Amino acid sequence: MNRTSVPGIHLAGVEKAFATPDGPLLALQRTDLQVRPGEFLALVGPSGCGKTTLLRMIGGLTEPTAGRVLIAERSLWAAGRRDSEAIRELAVVFQDANLFPWFSVEDNIALPLRLRGVPKPERLQKSRSLCELVGIGGFERLWPRQLSGGMRQRAAIARALSYDPHILLMDEPFGALDAITRDQLNLELQRIWLAQGCTIVFVTHSIAEAVFLGDRVLLLSPRPGKIDTEVEVPFPRPRKTSIQAFPEFQQLVQRLRDRLEAIT
Amino acid sequence: MKRRPIPTAWITTPALIVLFIAAWHLYVAWSGVSKFIIPPPLAVWESLVDLLGTASTLRHAWITLYETLVGFFFACIIGVGLGTVLGKTAWLEQALNPFIIATQVVPKVALVPLFILWFGFGTESKIVVATVLAFFPILTNTVLGIKSVDSGHNDVMTVLNAGRWQRFITLELPSSLPAVLAGMEVGIVLAIIGAVVGEYLGGSTGLGHLAVASLNDYKVGMMFAVIILLTAMGFLLYLLVGALKKLLIPWHDSVASKIRPVAG
Ligand SMILES: Nc1ncnc2c1ncn2[C@@H]1O[C@H](COP(=O)(O)OP(=O)(O)O)[C@@H](O)[C@H]1O
Ligand SMILES: [Mg+2]
Repeated sequence: MNRTSVPGIHLAGVEKAFATPDGPLLALQRTDLQVRPGEFLALVGPSGCGKTTLLRMIGGLTEPTAGRVLIAERSLWAAGRRDSEAIRELAVVFQDANLFPWFSVEDNIALPLRLRGVPKPERLQKSRSLCELVGIGGFERLWPRQLSGGMRQRAAIARALSYDPHILLMDEPFGALDAITRDQLNLELQRIWLAQGCTIVFVTHSIAEAVFLGDRVLLLSPRPGKIDTEVEVPFPRPRKTSIQAFPEFQQLVQRLRDRLEAIT
Repeated sequence: MKRRPIPTAWITTPALIVLFIAAWHLYVAWSGVSKFIIPPPLAVWESLVDLLGTASTLRHAWITLYETLVGFFFACIIGVGLGTVLGKTAWLEQALNPFIIATQVVPKVALVPLFILWFGFGTESKIVVATVLAFFPILTNTVLGIKSVDSGHNDVMTVLNAGRWQRFITLELPSSLPAVLAGMEVGIVLAIIGAVVGEYLGGSTGLGHLAVASLNDYKVGMMFAVIILLTAMGFLLYLLVGALKKLLIPWHDSVASKIRPVAG
């Protein structure tokens, strides 16, 4: 995949208000955003600032109450229905791996291909090579419940990559993992992204994780949710865990942390 | 290393049975109760041997088994079919719920003569009673199963743009299967009760009829023997559904407790 051949994302005046018993709740106020083709965009912010809402609107899981989401210049929503061409470009990794317990690991990873009518031998072959890619080779035949949390999340990433999506949306995918596993998966995600060249929108509540992974970091603020700060992250790729000790890295993290404290 | 649990059930269960029979024997011997009211265990044993040696017993047992299985089969079809529809259509569930509950709270045994009037003294009326008794737990459990599909799993299918049928086959059906099978475990027992009650109240075949006929001939020992036979049949059918569970939901907690998580 060529980095410039993948689609970007364009949000034009996107807004989401939820109906609640106490009247409408503005989860995200009118937002304009361009995600460049092949970019790794990190969204960070305190809990309840609308990160998930924003990501779910890009993923076609929540319909905006105003504005438009454009994927490869196609509108994701038209007359209350998802555009199936636009949705084919997308894959989502959630905080929970959301593997189906009744399928083996390899069948879980092959599920998207099964739904697309890819014959069984072909999709299982793809599933096995993806297991190697995400580092769970040899565990293909197990049930998901037999995997550790980190391995389940690797399998969820493999499932998302199975149909070569051009856009990968990730909602705190490593949020429930321990720090060591998390560092490891961050490195591997970067490696996979560099190899695949897809556009990634990555939600996290960890500023360090956002700065480590992102080409650009957006800080969101709550009540109502909106984009507060935007920073470009200049460090070259591939980044090593050791860059977190660099003064430039720490200054950037500190700047965002100060701002985060100011808005919460 | 963990100690292997001692399989206590293999010792306690036979011990309890022996204890029960001993208590029964002693009670009959010491209390002086008439053997027409409670026959001693040895007399029941002789009747049982007698019963099993009679050619017509097998025919009666077969008829009861047939009514039970056919009734259970219809209960499964109606329960799973209607349950799926109701689980997916909230307004229909609300509209039909009072009627479904009515079929359960109405004293069904009082209706058996009516069923016999409608469907005759043959096996059909018993099959109907078995179906009516057995379908309810299967229905309610199917509705519950379909409605409790995990929302994260639903999101996965939405992102993959799955069609209604695909969603049903790969998500809703397997996800509700543990609940459906739990309903079937109750259902099979109720189906036997339905068939036997039907035979009690009308007709001239089946183990239920045999039990009443024995009593009418003052052969209380024989009646006990018939009940033991019925219990054995019920046990076997219950185990059969258990085996079905192992076959259909090997991934589920209720079956898979022996599966160990792997490290990593
Ligand atoms: N389905 C919903 N119904 C009502 N309110 C919601 C719903 N989903 C999210 N919200 C509200 O919208 C706001 C933003 O939520 P969310 O996007 O989940 O934040 P984040 O992911 O940043 O923690 C919160 O105040 C939350 O309570
Ligand atoms: Mg969230």
